[in-house]
Amino acid sequence: MNPLDGNAMAGDLRELFTVDVTAARYTCAGCGHAEAVGALVLWGQDMGRVGRCPHCEDVVLRVVNAPDRVFLDLHGSVRLELPLAGS
Amino acid sequence: MGIISRGFGGRRRESVPGLPPGQYLTHDFPVLSAGPTPRIPLDRWSFTIATETGEKKSWNWAEFTALESADVTVDIHCVTKWSKLGTTWRGVSLDTLLADVETAADYTMVHSFGGYTTNVPMEDLLDGKAWIAYKFDGEDLEPEHGGPARMLIPHLYFWKSAKWVNGLSLMNDDEPGFWEAAGYHMYGDPWLEQRYQGD
Ligand SMILES: [Zn+2]
Repeated sequence: MNPLDGNAMAGDLRELFTVDVTAARYTCAGCGHAEAVGALVLWGQDMGRVGRCPHCEDVVLRVVNAPDRVFLDLHGSVRLELPLAGS
Repeated sequence: MGIISRGFGGRRRESVPGLPPGQYLTHDFPVLSAGPTPRIPLDRWSFTIATETGEKKSWNWAEFTALESADVTVDIHCVTKWSKLGTTWRGVSLDTLLADVETAADYTMVHSFGGYTTNVPMEDLLDGKAWIAYKFDGEDLEPEHGGPARMLIPHLYFWKSAKWVNGLSLMNDDEPGFWEAAGYHMYGDPWLEQRYQGD
């Protein structure tokens, strides 16, 4: 199974945030690397999306879709920086 | 902003008696991965049980495969809704591995190469309910399916049957593992459809 890139995860996050998260930047809790969410290496599309840091492979973001809920797990992020519309 | 529902519902599934609610029968063995598949040479493989007091007991591959093993035929149920009936495995019972371990812990965390974890109550590992399997269908377990060795806990959803196992820590209190922390159920009984937190 081959991973996708984090742009696919941005589609999931679009359901959670009213801002465009394609350009959002994460800071990895494992190694401190900061980059666009779109640069994450994406695994595990069946149980949920797992976004891993391209620098250290640690898990940065997880999105789990239940039929009636969406879970966003940010254990692996120390920060998510979201651009505001129009700025 | 609608909540979307993923497309499991549309297809008509084979209905089979003996399947937990919401499951369909599959004859292949789908591979689910939350990360790259670790390749573990057998001379670097070990399995370690760490008790709640910090005592440790380890087996290397030769010691592990010299333990009494069992051939088991079980049905497995994945939370993504496929079930596979009558799968055959060879492995070492957790009863055997925990026999000489001094513990009063009620909970455990299963650990894997690659960092995966999943929590399982101690009583679900005992009395012939769980194995560390190293053969599937008479063959060595492929890395894609969790080889060299994986947990096999068929009465719970299959994410509890961690691939690439390398350890078990015994805990007084329950803690979420990898998928449980991200919204999946702490216990995961397929017959009660315990898929997500709150189910
Ligand atoms: Zn990192």
